[in-house]
Amino acid sequence: MAINKESNAYTFGFSIFLVVVVGAILSSLSLGLKPLKDKNAEVKKQIDILNAIGVDADRSNAQELYAQYVGNNTFVVSAQGEKLEGEDAFALDVQKQHRDKTIAEEARKFPVFVANKDGQTMDVLPTVGKGLWGPIWGFVAVGDDMETIVGASFDHKTETPGLGAEIKNTSFEEQYIGAKMTSNITVVKDGSGKLDAQKVDGITGGTITSKGVEEMMNRTMAVYAAYFSKTKI
Amino acid sequence: MSESVEKVKAPSEPLFSKKNKKLITDPLSDNNPITIQVLGICSALAITVQVEQAFFMSASVLFVLIFGNLSISLLRNLIPSRVRIIVQLVVVASLVIIVNEVLQAFVPDVSEKLSVFVGLIITNCIIMGRFEAFAMGNKPWPSVLDAVGNAVGYAWILLVVAIFREVLGSGKFWGMEILPQGFYEMGYMNNNLMILPPMALIVVGIIIWIQRSKNPTLVEEH
Repeated sequence: MAINKESNAYTFGFSIFLVVVVGAILSSLSLGLKPLKDKNAEVKKQIDILNAIGVDADRSNAQELYAQYVGNNTFVVSAQGEKLEGEDAFALDVQKQHRDKTIAEEARKFPVFVANKDGQTMDVLPTVGKGLWGPIWGFVAVGDDMETIVGASFDHKTETPGLGAEIKNTSFEEQYIGAKMTSNITVVKDGSGKLDAQKVDGITGGTITSKGVEEMMNRTMAVYAAYFSKTKI
Repeated sequence: MSESVEKVKAPSEPLFSKKNKKLITDPLSDNNPITIQVLGICSALAITVQVEQAFFMSASVLFVLIFGNLSISLLRNLIPSRVRIIVQLVVVASLVIIVNEVLQAFVPDVSEKLSVFVGLIITNCIIMGRFEAFAMGNKPWPSVLDAVGNAVGYAWILLVVAIFREVLGSGKFWGMEILPQGFYEMGYMNNNLMILPPMALIVVGIIIWIQRSKNPTLVEEH
């Protein structure tokens, strides 16, 4: 007996079968490759931290350089600016924490990576916010005086190439160098960023992403500034 | 739709018969997906700034098209015609997810650079076009050959455009400096215009122009 391929039953059956098979293949592949992808993400984080302190790293030497400059010299700060004991700063996923609405803002944790480069101590502070299409994040390095920014690297997930995606360009990142993280750093449109250390020129055509960087920087840096002000005295 | 299905009846012919060879060679020149059919133009504009990206994009399209054409061709007598486009979409989407996962796991830097464009392979008209126009009506082997022909036809255009854009736009090939420093000292400058998308269109246009002047039968009469 030939099956009627145009019948509704056959169409439904075929579709269900196809979806089950395809779903099984894709989920097992995704699970199988997860360890490799996690490893890549970890190395990427090390590269980002190294970039913030001005060390050029790639995937082949990131782990070695990270161990040399930062190692285990990390700690976690609470949203109130208190140092927390017994937390793993590197494993703390600030992006996940930022997304998770069940964690109250006061309960968020803020990791600090202490780097030593050429005799100078720098604190690398991660920051997370939102751009136009998706998450944006960055790592900011603060110098010996615990207020002047000495390096910044930003990245994004899905910002528009050529517009919002420009936040990861060195020319944008460098504008943050020299600014004081203890007070607000504003992103401006009028081109006055060059004249004032506390001002940064936004990206033409990338206003929402630029504003996102401004918001995430000011929100996160305020927490770290509170911590620094307690330790400085 | 049924008129567009090209039938190749090959009951017991050699693997590389004249007809089968034509399946590979045609899309390389006289029936090129980009320059003649003008399909898949979007990716030709977007990821031809660097040769490396163009290469991985081409390799991904080659993989997706071969396995897609093969699976559709194997399933062609089972697919209910009312949901055939959806089935084709499921096949191409799954293959693209596989490519994306593999790139993320093994070449993360490339995956980062290609970012959203890997996902956009799904919408590459060449792929759905070949599924619907060829694989639905032909046996697996000719379908694979057709996939190779079309993917390579797509790839060489992408690579040629990428080579022009990377060499003239940033003086590099596959990320390595190839122009001697002396050039720059003599006042040579990289042409930043080459990096912008419009130049990809112009380079493709020049390729089309050369192709049509070599083979006047391709020129439509108006």
